[in-house]
Amino acid sequence: MPRRFLTAMLLAAGSLAGSVLYRRRAARRLERVDLYADDGSMASIAGSPDAERLLTLARELVVLAR
Amino acid sequence: MLRRMDAAQALADLTEISSQVVHVAIVDGDGTVLATTIADAGRADRFVQGVKTLLEEADGLRQSRGLPGLSQLEAATLEGSVFVVRRDSDSGPRIIAATTRPDPTVGLVFYDLKHCLRSIDTAAPANATQRRTRKKAGDAA
Repeated sequence: MPRRFLTAMLLAAGSLAGSVLYRRRAARRLERVDLYADDGSMASIAGSPDAERLLTLARELVVLAR
Repeated sequence: MLRRMDAAQALADLTEISSQVVHVAIVDGDGTVLATTIADAGRADRFVQGVKTLLEEADGLRQSRGLPGLSQLEAATLEGSVFVVRRDSDSGPRIIAATTRPDPTVGLVFYDLKHCLRSIDTAAPANATQRRTRKKAGDAA
């Protein structure tokens, strides 16, 4: 009985950790800033302090406009 | 005053055709809010101020990376996206900013926002033609 309980706990902990990791990866992939220039070129910025500064402003705007 | 009404009409058309857009604000080059879907004036002002800050930061980033002039941007967050389009019109630069739900159809949103700005530019000459036509019709009668 304790062994079954331990297995179940390990499975639950593993699932939780996997879910957290997946969500973090998904978040990193989704959150980005795309800058479009006059000449039609585009620069995508993500995962840097520069991008984070712009994303913080964008998050505030999204919340403000709800 | 006429321009403000045109912007309001363009905004109404935009929110009618674009289901992805949550809130929009159209701002003149001098910072005047021409039209917005945000009913509360204080929140609308804060929103416009935030958009200006976002644009300034993005412009600084663009310069530091040696990119050409910034015409539009999308900032995608988990809670939703912010779109900003900047366009020069006859009466100076004009900005349209919109928020959307997460994971929007980017090309479609940009298309709708640009169309909205263009419709404001073309609204004034169209109205002028209408007024002239009515006057002639009245003279004839």
